Amino acid sequence: MATTLKTLTDEEFVAPGRAGCNGCGAVIAARMATKVLGRNTLMANATGCMCVNYGYAGAPKFPFIHTLFENAAAIISGMDAGLRSLHKRDDVNLVVLAGDGGTTDIGLQALSGAVERGHRFLYICYDNEGYMNTGVQRSGATPYGAKTTTTPVGGDRLGEPRPLERRKDMVRLLAAHGIPYAATASIAHPLDYIRKVERAIAIDGSSYIHVLSPCSPGWGFAENMTIKIARLAVETHFFPIYEVEDGRWYRLTIKAERKKAVEEYLRLQGRFSHLFSERYRDEIARIQAEVDANWAYLKQLAALRAG
Amino acid sequence: MSRQYISGCCAVAEAARLAEVNVVAAYPITPQTSIVEYLANYVAKGELKAEMIPVESEHSAMSACIGAACVGARTFTASSSQGLALMHECLFMAAGLRLPIVMAIANRALAAPVSIFCDHQDSLAQRDTGWLQFYVENCQEALDTILIAYRTIEDERVLLPAMVCLDGFFLSHISEPVDVPEAEQVKRFLPAHSPKYPILDVNNPGIFNVMAFPDTYEEFSYDRHVSMLRAREVLRESMADFARLFGRSYDLIETYGCEDAELILLGMGSMMGTVRTAVRLLREEGEKVGLVKIKSYRPFPTQEVAAAVQKTAVIGVLDRGLSTGLGGIIYPEVLKSLYHLTTRPLALNFIVGLGGRDVTIPILQRAVQEMKQAIGASRPKRETIWPGADRALLQAWGIKD
Repeated sequence: MATTLKTLTDEEFVAPGRAGCNGCGAVIAARMATKVLGRNTLMANATGCMCVNYGYAGAPKFPFIHTLFENAAAIISGMDAGLRSLHKRDDVNLVVLAGDGGTTDIGLQALSGAVERGHRFLYICYDNEGYMNTGVQRSGATPYGAKTTTTPVGGDRLGEPRPLERRKDMVRLLAAHGIPYAATASIAHPLDYIRKVERAIAIDGSSYIHVLSPCSPGWGFAENMTIKIARLAVETHFFPIYEVEDGRWYRLTIKAERKKAVEEYLRLQGRFSHLFSERYRDEIARIQAEVDANWAYLKQLAALRAG
Repeated sequence: MSRQYISGCCAVAEAARLAEVNVVAAYPITPQTSIVEYLANYVAKGELKAEMIPVESEHSAMSACIGAACVGARTFTASSSQGLALMHECLFMAAGLRLPIVMAIANRALAAPVSIFCDHQDSLAQRDTGWLQFYVENCQEALDTILIAYRTIEDERVLLPAMVCLDGFFLSHISEPVDVPEAEQVKRFLPAHSPKYPILDVNNPGIFNVMAFPDTYEEFSYDRHVSMLRAREVLRESMADFARLFGRSYDLIETYGCEDAELILLGMGSMMGTVRTAVRLLREEGEKVGLVKIKSYRPFPTQEVAAAVQKTAVIGVLDRGLSTGLGGIIYPEVLKSLYHLTTRPLALNFIVGLGGRDVTIPILQRAVQEMKQAIGASRPKRETIWPGADRALLQAWGIKD
């Protein structure tokens, strides 16, 4: 019943020759998800990397609309109502694909409204932790200390100044809406990810998947390191993999067996390189402490289910 | 057909019900709100089988309309003022995607300062978004124009969205006797929607809103432009069919007393009722005055305006909106219509009725006085005149006339 890597279709919905950067994590995220979604899909794609990268040159085999930056969730609301009114809603998958800029920042209102009204659609946020399409500017998802073109390093600035604990947590934010299903996912854990997509599209209501999508040029790592970085984000608990049902019941779906130090994850990325100078040495400990606190908190949330 | 005593908002909602729209996505704003409330009631009672999306903003209202129209639904919304301004970027998208969405606008001024009252600034500021724009004079015309709008823009020669603008409060909240046609009769005029444009359909996949590089963008713009020009002809056909079926005739412009007029007042919206009365009174006094009412602001009736006013001595353009620092908004468009004529009237621009101020007969008489004084001059002494402005108040604020 449930898809396995063996039963996953050989059909490709992300064609070769697309216009993305080498090693693009978001393309991998789209490729895996679309293999589950299949041809019976209408996709609304918020302005961002994937419109250029996938929409125009990736030749999706299903209908695809490049929306404005902030209105993908509102457009999908209209598609849901429109198909319903024409008695054509059936089992068509309505899917938004949007980056973290189009989701955590400018598109938050439309997403909140669409989920609150309960439209039936899956929203996939490919989180590359910044405005990468416009050349690496910070977003509400950029981690503490990361260097971007709008949070440069120099003088008293160490990069993104907002503490990690106040980064917008989209899954918890949507859980607060009582959304039937919300989850994080990693391209380094494909089976977990595709099962989440499969589960989400079966829901008669809104669902949300937040998939970490490492960005080689934006984060500053070699193109062949994308999956390794994604895996380290999970293993260090920097990006925990979990799901929430009905906005209440948390479950850690990847319990990292061998916990690694955050330092290992940060060290591989140019955007954090300044943190390894003497001046910012304490910052890494600070990030580690916040990552640990978040993991402990999630474990407590996950324990609620048993009680 | 039944004759009902209803408000402009109700007339608009009745029209959307009769058009059997599939999807309504709207956000409340005074003075448009009642339109959405009426429609919600029709849906609740089963009198209209549509999906209502009570969106969280006007930006999302227009976005949801785009989504619905993209899958082939006949789509309706309504807005006003700040709400319409918030929709701005989505309006270009609706026009660019060639989606025949109809939106009613209850015209209202924009902050700051805050005003909920009538002003054409809100919709006129959306002039260049690629939408057709109609301005109506009464509640009957509001109902009829919604139906004419759908019929016109769903035609594959047009495929552009349309705004039907009715003056906030003056029409939205004033009740008048309105002939509400029967559903069967309306079906003959406006058959069920069968999209003549590509829709998002899993059986026929396509990419919508692609990137157009400099080698194609200009041609997309040209295509929209000629479609808007073509809309004049389609509009006339729709109006002719409407007249045949319902007995009420409309045209891109309406004229009164222009044949022998020395002076012509031109404007649009509910104030044209008062202008008609003023013209009648002046004609009774022997003044040769006429009136031109613009019904279709986009497409702009360039030739019609030129033909109606070219033999007159002076034309006075009444603008219920302001291009700050330039003057009225319709005025330059009227001048464009006249410029290439060999003989053309002198033109004056009157800014009137901003922020809900009544356009009264004395104000119009002052305008006509100014026009009479300009007869025979080679150019007007003053081009932009504010005949309704409160001189005492301006003086008290220390503003020089």
